[in-house]
Amino acid sequence: MTQAEIKLCSLLLQEHFGEIVEKIGVHLIRTGSQPLRVIAHDTGTSLDQVKKALCVLIQHNLVIYQVHKRGVVEYEAQCSRVLRMLRYPRYIYTTKTLYSDTGELIVEELLLNGKMTMSAVVKKVADRLTETMEDGKTMDYAEVSNTFVRLADTHFVQRCPLVPATENSDPGPPPPAPTLVINEKDMYLVPKLNLIGKGKRRRSSDEDAAGEPKAKRPKHTTDNKEPIPDDGIYWQVNLDRFHQHFRDQAIVSAVANRMDQTSSEIVRTMLRMSEITTPSSAPFTQPLSSNEIFRSLPVGYNISKQVLDQYLTLLADDPLEFVGKSGDSGGGMYVINLHKALTSLATATLESVVQERFGSRCARIFRLVLQKKHLEQKQVEDFAMIPAKEAKDMLYKMLSENFVSLQEIPKTPDHAPSRTFYLYTVNVLSAARMLLHRCYKSIANLIERRQFETKENKRLLEKSQRVEAIIASMQATGAEEAQLQEIEEMITAPERQQLETLKRNVNKLDASEIQVDETIFLLESYIESTMKKQ
Amino acid sequence: MARNNGRGRAAYTFNIETIGFSRGEKLPDVVLKPPPLFPVTDYKPVPLKTREREDYMLALKQELRETMKRMPSFIETPEGKLDIERYSKRYMKVYKEEWIPDWRRLPREMKPRKKCKKDPKSKKAKDTVKGTSLANTADMLKKTEELEKRGDGEKSGEENEEKEGSKEKSEEGDDDGDDDAAEQEEYDDGKQEEENDCINSYFEDGDDFGAGSDDNMDKATY
Repeated sequence: MTQAEIKLCSLLLQEHFGEIVEKIGVHLIRTGSQPLRVIAHDTGTSLDQVKKALCVLIQHNLVIYQVHKRGVVEYEAQCSRVLRMLRYPRYIYTTKTLYSDTGELIVEELLLNGKMTMSAVVKKVADRLTETMEDGKTMDYAEVSNTFVRLADTHFVQRCPLVPATENSDPGPPPPAPTLVINEKDMYLVPKLNLIGKGKRRRSSDEDAAGEPKAKRPKHTTDNKEPIPDDGIYWQVNLDRFHQHFRDQAIVSAVANRMDQTSSEIVRTMLRMSEITTPSSAPFTQPLSSNEIFRSLPVGYNISKQVLDQYLTLLADDPLEFVGKSGDSGGGMYVINLHKALTSLATATLESVVQERFGSRCARIFRLVLQKKHLEQKQVEDFAMIPAKEAKDMLYKMLSENFVSLQEIPKTPDHAPSRTFYLYTVNVLSAARMLLHRCYKSIANLIERRQFETKENKRLLEKSQRVEAIIASMQATGAEEAQLQEIEEMITAPERQQLETLKRNVNKLDASEIQVDETIFLLESYIESTMKKQ
Repeated sequence: MARNNGRGRAAYTFNIETIGFSRGEKLPDVVLKPPPLFPVTDYKPVPLKTREREDYMLALKQELRETMKRMPSFIETPEGKLDIERYSKRYMKVYKEEWIPDWRRLPREMKPRKKCKKDPKSKKAKDTVKGTSLANTADMLKKTEELEKRGDGEKSGEENEEKEGSKEKSEEGDDDGDDDAAEQEEYDDGKQEEENDCINSYFEDGDDFGAGSDDNMDKATY
């Protein structure tokens, strides 16, 4: 893993799980697979803290374990999975658009807790939904279960690998670690649960059975007493399915930008039909006949068959080659070229970066070299119609930033410089990798800056929190307007200003993180698709 | 073969025009230091997208951050003892839900070890305590006195603590089965002992817990 990735992982782990987990996690990412005692020794933390940290990391699917020979269990961190933590808001928001609030909360609970049983999820989500509903209304478990089943059917949540059921005839001692197995067919099988109940609203009067606030909380909650029907069956969020969905969204919006709404709807239909049949890493979808597409168009769309055919022909002839024609049976067989689509999207990202960083003339040169593949210096000046001096300057600037590279073609075996062609070319894969690395660095910088800003104003933030708490409690007990005014004036006007600025800055930094993550997704998908193809 | 040993002007072996500048032209200065840390950008970045989608995700992100800090997965670094123990800290402590991982899914070495006390006397005490029924407090007090006579003041004080602790906890959770009770006690033991390496924060302390046992320790040292 590159240094930039490790730094970013370290910041993410620290923000979400605390410093101890961060130390262990980063150590594992750096050094690869290691057993427990070596980790404790190398990081200098006590054994039980390492155990706690590893439990947390395993629970959240960030670390996996393997039993090696001689019974040693080694732990390995998944760096790419840690980086996914940046995308959690996007996953939750997508579920909200597809399955409304219930689905949103289910995915949020699963992401916050790593793995959960279905009954636990349903109960928690029902409670949370009941909190937000009006007084007197409660959320039924059945509704939440239904949404959960729908999420499982569309593969957005999947079962975690299970502990194999051990037979009692096992002669030897139990293995040091269970080998978790999962059957492909069972991955989305929802257990038959009879969850009857309603969400509980957490009222202040019955906050604790003992009646004392929080001091003597009973150690075992009532849940442990009842046998959980789906004990041992844990569910996790299926990130790959979400990525597939994001990729489809990106392709559809690209087609909509380039052509029109109708063609994007056609492409969306084609993608939806191939969701189940095509694995997510395939270079192109299964061929679909024009008749099938016509039948599967959304109900509101009444375009005639001929218009559909015309659109399909247009899409297939487009130089971007998102859609390709693979045959003539059934009215024309069409495929969506996923790999080509991802390449176009990544290339568009690169072009846009060059334009924003170096100006539109540089972008023209960049696009020219992309199109013509290899160009000499003189040819660049001629084709781009830019004066020689400026063209040279821009090319060298891009060369120094590694967007463009030089290809030597020797005329003679001794590679003499006077008898060698030097051609400028753009290697999209390596430029994408370079840009991805830069994105990781940017997000790390953004997070650091945000933490710095928050730390600088910590005293002020705490003061404002205290004042808010005081005001809230006073309002609850019924206070006069004058008293509230007095309390509010505890924060002076310049301090208020400072708080405003801080809030604005933190929001900006957070929003930037989310949007850089979108670029990261595109570039990573492209790189992954290219690597799988080769 | 260097035929012109520095005599005559240097001749390049290739056409210098192709690089882009002519001979004798003033070249930019050699760079002797690394580029500046915050270079001046000619083109300012494009403003961020601020549609409803982005606003919602922003709010989600900030909420998630706050929520994760309160989850049991967030392990706080133990702070050192401050000079002045502030009164307000007691009430600002965030009470987290307990979380017990599913031990069946984890390697066996992850589980906190049961025998965590190094003191053989206390082991004996544990064994004797395990045997007694938890509801029989008089019995336990008798055993405590016996052990007091055996051990030195501090050790028996600790054992006393554990008796008190297990007594209190047993009152709260007294409808657990025997197995649970045994495990419960062992975890309780771990909680009070600070010297050994038992995990003592999978379960929460009650707020008045430490105060109660302190009193008993005083009594035991007579």
